[in-house]
Amino acid sequence: MNEQAAVVSLKSVTKDFARGGVRALEEIDLDVRPREFISLIGPSGCGKSTLLRIIGDLVQPTAGEVVVNGKQAHQARLDRDYGIVFQDAVLYDWRTVAKNIALPLEMLGWDRERRSERVGEMVKLVELAGFEDHYPWQLSGGMQQRVSIARALAFDPPLLLMDEPFGALDEMTRERMNMELLRIWQESGSTIVFVTHSIAEAVFLSTRVVVLSPRPARITGVVDNDLPQPRNTDTREQERFFELVTEVRELLRTGDRSGEELRA
Amino acid sequence: MLRRGLVFVAVLAGLWALWEAYRAFGVAVSLTWPFEVNGRTMPHIHDMIGQLFEPSRRNGPLLIEVLGKAALFTAKEAAVGFALGAGVGFLIAVALVHSTLLQRGFLPYIVASQTIPILAIAPMVVVWLGGRGLPGWFSVSVIAAYLTFFPVAINALRGLQSADPRAHELMNSYAASRWTVLWKLRVPASLPYLFAAFKIAATACVVGAIIGELPASIQDGLGGAILNFNQYYASSPESLWATNIIAALLGIAFFLVIVLAEKLVVRRAPEHFV
Amino acid sequence: MSTTVVQPVPRSFGRMMGRGARDWAPAIAIFVVGIALWEGLVRGLDVQRFLLPAPSEILRTFWDERDTLVSAGLFTFKEAVGGFLIGSAFAVLVALVLARWRPLGNALMPYAIAANAVPIIAFAPITNNWFGILSPASKMAIAAVIVFFPVMVNTLRGLTSVRPESVELMRSYAARERDIFRRVRIPTSLPYLFTGLKVATVLAMIGAIVGDYFGGSQEALGIQIRRSAGIFAFDEAWAAIFVASVLGIAFYGAVALAERVVLSWHPSVRGGRE
Repeated sequence: MNEQAAVVSLKSVTKDFARGGVRALEEIDLDVRPREFISLIGPSGCGKSTLLRIIGDLVQPTAGEVVVNGKQAHQARLDRDYGIVFQDAVLYDWRTVAKNIALPLEMLGWDRERRSERVGEMVKLVELAGFEDHYPWQLSGGMQQRVSIARALAFDPPLLLMDEPFGALDEMTRERMNMELLRIWQESGSTIVFVTHSIAEAVFLSTRVVVLSPRPARITGVVDNDLPQPRNTDTREQERFFELVTEVRELLRTGDRSGEELRA
Repeated sequence: MLRRGLVFVAVLAGLWALWEAYRAFGVAVSLTWPFEVNGRTMPHIHDMIGQLFEPSRRNGPLLIEVLGKAALFTAKEAAVGFALGAGVGFLIAVALVHSTLLQRGFLPYIVASQTIPILAIAPMVVVWLGGRGLPGWFSVSVIAAYLTFFPVAINALRGLQSADPRAHELMNSYAASRWTVLWKLRVPASLPYLFAAFKIAATACVVGAIIGELPASIQDGLGGAILNFNQYYASSPESLWATNIIAALLGIAFFLVIVLAEKLVVRRAPEHFV
Repeated sequence: MSTTVVQPVPRSFGRMMGRGARDWAPAIAIFVVGIALWEGLVRGLDVQRFLLPAPSEILRTFWDERDTLVSAGLFTFKEAVGGFLIGSAFAVLVALVLARWRPLGNALMPYAIAANAVPIIAFAPITNNWFGILSPASKMAIAAVIVFFPVMVNTLRGLTSVRPESVELMRSYAARERDIFRRVRIPTSLPYLFTGLKVATVLAMIGAIVGDYFGGSQEALGIQIRRSAGIFAFDEAWAAIFVASVLGIAFYGAVALAERVVLSWHPSVRGGRE
């Protein structure tokens, strides 16, 4: 496997919504290298979720090229090259935790033994041992999200797409889940594209932060994050952390301001 | 708007075509299962409609006139029944919403009451009310009211309980009385649920009125008309079908009245929300 | 007749009705008090006993006539169950088709809702003419049509009420339309289906009994009720109503039991925290 080949490569991706003549995304160029953790951050409604869905071939771009894992996005989806996690856990009420995690494996045609083994591994990975036979509504929000992550990683995809997965959780749970996610990322070795609108979260988690402007969204800037790994609660109190947060915030403001100038 | 009209025409035309096609096919192959297809069991639709403009009996008024009067008669019974049933149902809901004990006590019976075939009690209702000097049509209204009160009571109860707890807290912070809370919060919140129940009740009370006329031996309504033309089915099947068409239109009309009312009322409702 | 056309499983309903012995105590208390009062009033005030006999008399009449009543009850019950099964089966099939081909479903939905407003029971004389007045098939047909619309509308709502993210998730697995149907839409629709089926049991019973009011076999319960009421033998009529109610409740209970089994994962069944 070529270590340097991008997992995701976006060239001049543009998205218009025909119904309103609204341009959501404009000329997005981005390369995501293997094992990177990329955050997409921007104001609400700026199109970051749309961009994520374009990568996942759930939405078609109006223009531009999307290459995932060396193939067209469409093919990548058919080959199941990525797992996706939504803000809402989207678990199936009629399946237990174990069966929810096993869902993609069933669809891939894995036999029962192999499925059961993998589900066991994933449950351990997200630290939900003992809850395999619970139903989703018996779990807290954070736990449901962990099941959702386990499900997304169950078939070991090279890429993980996450759309504000911790947005609905309270701050304390959120910080804990951030730690969990970093650990899972290190252990699984996957590449992650993560949408958020929390600056602190973006800086804490990623290796690079991509800042988007308000609609029509362009990339205002990319911040390389050199905070050392493995990160922990102390990381949030380092000076470098605050510097990076400020840098991201400035970029967000610039994006906002240039938008104002254009509109003036 | 135009598209909706076209879909309407298309659906009606489609149903018409299905009827005539099945009829033609059935007659051609002498179909006897599930039932025998011939000119008597499946008259032409245009004949059914045409029959409306024939005299209902020799030298008599046109069928459509007779049926129109019958429909209005039944409509009156149904409307009175609706008003009664909806009123009682709503009051019951208001009483129950203020007491969990009453709820637990009475709800099972309200539910069970629907398993009693009211129409079976109809003769007794008619005799009882008749004994008190009330006209026959009123008994029919009472039967229609019985069928109406259940969906209204259940839905009104859910609706009255449906307001956000925080809205209730706001009311408490104004030291609002129960009466105020009822009228300014619970009732507006219950409107969508009420209208859902009204739509069900609209149909139920028309059914109740038609069926109720049977044991009450009322000639003037659609129930009586159906029985009447049923006797002449052999000689004029189209008349019975025409009667059924009018009955169907009555049911749909009642339903549409509620839909219209909902559009008017619920559009204003948001202003009344706290 | 109550048709709950568009309501998902009312989770709060379970809480309203209460679980556990302590919750049922008020209802049981009211039942006991109610029966005692009924008995007392009728005996004490010598209320028109021929209209409303005391519970003890009704039970006694039931016991005396139990053979005829039970066989009549079962005859009618078969008609109701037959109609229920046929109507529900068609309803689910049509719902599946309409959910699969959305444009068709969207176009026809308002018509299905309007068709539900038609007093279908008024067509009983027609099915009598089609299948023969004495044949159980005529009442089965009416019951089937009455059952069809609520079950179809409820099931369709359930099949189409899947959240977009669930479908997106499936697409991320490159699932085909039929996988999405099997794994997501159908399980999601089950609670809605059962709501429709429970309502349908009541409708089917009432359809079968009331269908007899337009004419039917001597062996049917509705005819028994009509005959008894006609000769003012109201204790017999009430005993027949008692049988009808018991059968109706049993039918509803059977479907509710099936629901608990099929929906064993549902919070409302498992008493989950809400």
